[in-house]
Amino acid sequence: MPVKKTGLPPFQLLVDEHWRDVARLARALAGPVDGDDVAQRAWEKAFAAYPKLTSARNLRSWLLTITARCATDLHRARKPQRPLDEAPPLTVDGPDATQWPDPELWKAVSALPERQRQAVTLKYVGDLDHHGVAAALDTTPAASRRLVSDALATLRATLGVDDD
Amino acid sequence: MTDLERRLSGLDGPPARPPVLPEADVSYTLHDTPIGRMLLATAAGKVVASSFGDEETMTHRLARAISPRVLRQSAPLDDVRRQLDEFLAGHRKSFDLAIDLTLATDFQRLVLADLPHLTSYGRTTTYGELAGEIERPKAARAVGTALGANPLCVVLPCHRVIGASGALTGYAGGLDAKRFLLNLESKS
Repeated sequence: MPVKKTGLPPFQLLVDEHWRDVARLARALAGPVDGDDVAQRAWEKAFAAYPKLTSARNLRSWLLTITARCATDLHRARKPQRPLDEAPPLTVDGPDATQWPDPELWKAVSALPERQRQAVTLKYVGDLDHHGVAAALDTTPAASRRLVSDALATLRATLGVDDD
Repeated sequence: MTDLERRLSGLDGPPARPPVLPEADVSYTLHDTPIGRMLLATAAGKVVASSFGDEETMTHRLARAISPRVLRQSAPLDDVRRQLDEFLAGHRKSFDLAIDLTLATDFQRLVLADLPHLTSYGRTTTYGELAGEIERPKAARAVGTALGANPLCVVLPCHRVIGASGALTGYAGGLDAKRFLLNLESKS
């Protein structure tokens, strides 16, 4: 199939329209300490890949997907590799989110299993539908739906809210 | 939407900062001058736009013509801004800049490229005379249209070309801007 003329908008327009969303999602995915690094890395990747993009549709989901992958990469790079019988390393506390609005929710989201955290933040912070979440997580919409509902159940239990 | 879902949608921290990115394929800046706000753009070390056009239109044109990696970055345009300011203050009579007429059509390029040599500082010429200079003596009207599409206003001095009757006729930055430039040049 011939490559259609894509008519990609100037990259500045993506930055202007979406940098706040990317920053918010990156923080929700990677936590308050690493979130800003993840956002910066996501923009660098997007900038490098942009000229080769074949469609100008869904640029926002494209950016949020890159952000989710950068958060996963960081998470994997940080995962401690140690024998089971060794004492777990102690993390050094960075600037935490206790002064941010809704600190309980930040804490509860950070404590979710990785896939659940990704799914629920892409869905609500990123405002993607289940097709968008599934594309970002390389899974099916049904699996995305399950992850989100499991995450919501965990959050309800952690936060002691019951709002079904 | 449940309360929890609303809380999740509103999850936010303190203000973040926009990303820091390498020099783009096309860098541009908006520069306020005595003749109005201008959009200046550079690509691969050459000036590609010095325009009165609006940001959205111009950045889309640059994205289509050169590369979609277009960013608002002022540092690569420091020299262009300095020379333009000097010119508009009457302290400079010509530009020392590498230019690229990639936003122009072939005919526009023919008309525009040699303007600094075909016109001279402080003097005006007419559309007809310019048409004669580029060996298209019957194309005065087309020459006028080509000048009107000048993507490198001021740098390529289309403001020095006026109607045979002496009327200023038109200018992308408005007739006040054209008058300002001609007055500036006649005084300096």
